[in-house]
Amino acid sequence: MGRIAFLNANAAVAEAALVAGLGFYAGYPITPSSEVPERLSKIMPEKGLPFMMMEDEIASINACVGASASGVKAMTCTSGPGFSLKQEALGMACIFEVPLVVVDVMRGGPSTGLPTRPSQQDIMQARWGTHGDHPIIALAPCNAQEAIFETIRAFNLAEKFRQPVVLLTDGALSHLHTKVYIPDPEEVEIIDRAQPDVDPDNYYPYDYNYEIPPLAKWWTEDGKSYRYHLSSLIHDKTGFPTVDPKYTQWLLKRLHNKILNHVDEITKNEYYKMDDAEVCIIAYGSTAEAARVAIDQAREEGIKVGLFRPLTIWPSPEKQISDIASKVKHIIVAEMNLGQYKLEVERIVAGRVPVYGVGQAAGVLIRPSQIYEKIKDPSKSVEICLTEEELKRFGGGE
Amino acid sequence: MAVDYAKYLRMDKMPLYWCPGCGDGIVLKCYLEAIDELGWSKDDCAMVSGIGCAARVTGYVDFHTLHTIHGRAIAVAVGIKMAHPDKHVFVFGGDGDLVHIGGNHLLHACRRNIDITVVLINNWIYGMTGGQHSCTTPPGAKASTAPRGSYEPTIDVCKMAIGAGAGYVARGFAGDPVRLKKLIKEGLEYKGFALIDVFSPCPINFGRRNKLGDPAKLLEHMKSFLVSSAKAKRMSEEELKGKFITGVLHKDESKPELTEAYKGLVEKAQASDEYWAKYAKGTLTDADKYKITREELKKLYPYDVETPLKEWKKL
Repeated sequence: MGRIAFLNANAAVAEAALVAGLGFYAGYPITPSSEVPERLSKIMPEKGLPFMMMEDEIASINACVGASASGVKAMTCTSGPGFSLKQEALGMACIFEVPLVVVDVMRGGPSTGLPTRPSQQDIMQARWGTHGDHPIIALAPCNAQEAIFETIRAFNLAEKFRQPVVLLTDGALSHLHTKVYIPDPEEVEIIDRAQPDVDPDNYYPYDYNYEIPPLAKWWTEDGKSYRYHLSSLIHDKTGFPTVDPKYTQWLLKRLHNKILNHVDEITKNEYYKMDDAEVCIIAYGSTAEAARVAIDQAREEGIKVGLFRPLTIWPSPEKQISDIASKVKHIIVAEMNLGQYKLEVERIVAGRVPVYGVGQAAGVLIRPSQIYEKIKDPSKSVEICLTEEELKRFGGGE
Repeated sequence: MAVDYAKYLRMDKMPLYWCPGCGDGIVLKCYLEAIDELGWSKDDCAMVSGIGCAARVTGYVDFHTLHTIHGRAIAVAVGIKMAHPDKHVFVFGGDGDLVHIGGNHLLHACRRNIDITVVLINNWIYGMTGGQHSCTTPPGAKASTAPRGSYEPTIDVCKMAIGAGAGYVARGFAGDPVRLKKLIKEGLEYKGFALIDVFSPCPINFGRRNKLGDPAKLLEHMKSFLVSSAKAKRMSEEELKGKFITGVLHKDESKPELTEAYKGLVEKAQASDEYWAKYAKGTLTDADKYKITREELKKLYPYDVETPLKEWKKL
């Protein structure tokens, strides 16, 4: 039996990480994500788990990679600028193939941008932020309750696929308190990394016989010690550097395929009133909540519109979006940026139906009325929707 | 007693990758001798390195090893040590890796006094990338990015580490392996952060550009910058200008070690509350865990409290 609590999404992520089996946290303060380490700094010592505030964002993700490589579940949490700093080590986690959860509470950018305001501008950074061809998994919950479940799922995917997973929330979601249900570990599936069935002498961290080779804990509970080498260079099955072109290509393809071959397992989507829809809104994260209201309103007027909400942003649900494109007249992508996920939708739709966007990078949530207007007339561009009084309250410039 | 070096090395990775005359092999040998004298099992040892010539050490030692990204080895090592306080964690790296790009992590590991031993192979140059000048290249010395000689001042890494609060700071010299082994061993034994700054020759990428391509000549040249701590005591400040003191420069047995301090925090946190005290002992019951029963909870809420979970599982 779990617990009922009144939490914002940041605190919810912290609680959920503990349910998922978090064994190490290292972070660096950044608005609007700081409630995550604040909550963990109280609970983790009580549970006897290591908690650290590091000297910078780079150090915090590197410490997490070290802890995770040695065998414990690790998480770090940040926002836009900090996420930029973490990118190099995120790539290291990809090539090491160590499980890792990176929470990015998206705020307005670029640069320092809008520290206290929400955005969804890190969609492409999550996908392509670190250099080189690499796979990534990114999840985007739409409320604090779902943030709990998706955090647990993020840990599970990370452990199962030996892969860093990015959890994308935003500045509004992370500070909105709601009633949440925190499940006990017994109520949800908790996955721990697969362990080798060979003894340390015959163990290879990148064994060619596996699509996802087991990552041995350095020190097992039964007292065994798996000594091996992990390198951030392109490596062979032993973890040692190689420059063999054929092998290099094979390795990079395997890294992609270990995700792409399991897209159905990784993607999670919500269909809302899509059965007879002629227009599809694609929205994720907190924007999806506004889309739902707009859809209900349009439905009352007899407009056949529905919502497709990917909970897994990367890898993108190609099959599902492609299927939608074959059924609807047009698609509207609503997001708090100037059209990042729209690009991905356009790629998948490939011109079969028009793709319109409600793209707002104003540091305020997209309102149902804005999406509603777009449903009514997709050719119209959507303006920022705030009353004079609200504009004053939000601050009209320094 | 002869040391069985092969016991600690991945012999299938031989020969060593370093250039002829490089000091890295000497430092590695001294380090293995120190480990051997301490009798530590390689099963309990983890080593992290970043990028550079010295960082290749992790490939040769048969420990738990991570060859990470440039400059971040100490941060990675901190994560390992915090997760496994009972294991030995080491970092090997060069001046460019640990001091220049990774200086921030070095500084804060010193401050934390976390029980990690860092062997810094200081060869005054970015060797692997082809001899660019670093923060330790002596002023006037030529490098591939300083064809007219470096115009930047250098840093005394040991002074910086002492200032930042490291518990053990020593400087050794690859040209004096007997003393170097002793310095490394003392650092390994020290319970806290230990930095051993080792002056080590790079005859190829530093030496040749500075008419010091002969390793013996380069060692002599490096030695001219070094003064033993005993001798330094008799020298004036003026005489010590531009010199680097060797030996144990700082050792503070009283400074708390980080993982020990964290253990104290855990004890304090668990003692502060009956619930956590029971948690630590593993004696929590359902009555402790849940303030109200499931039936009472259900009465409080008009719908099944687990509805969100069920709905999410359906997605």
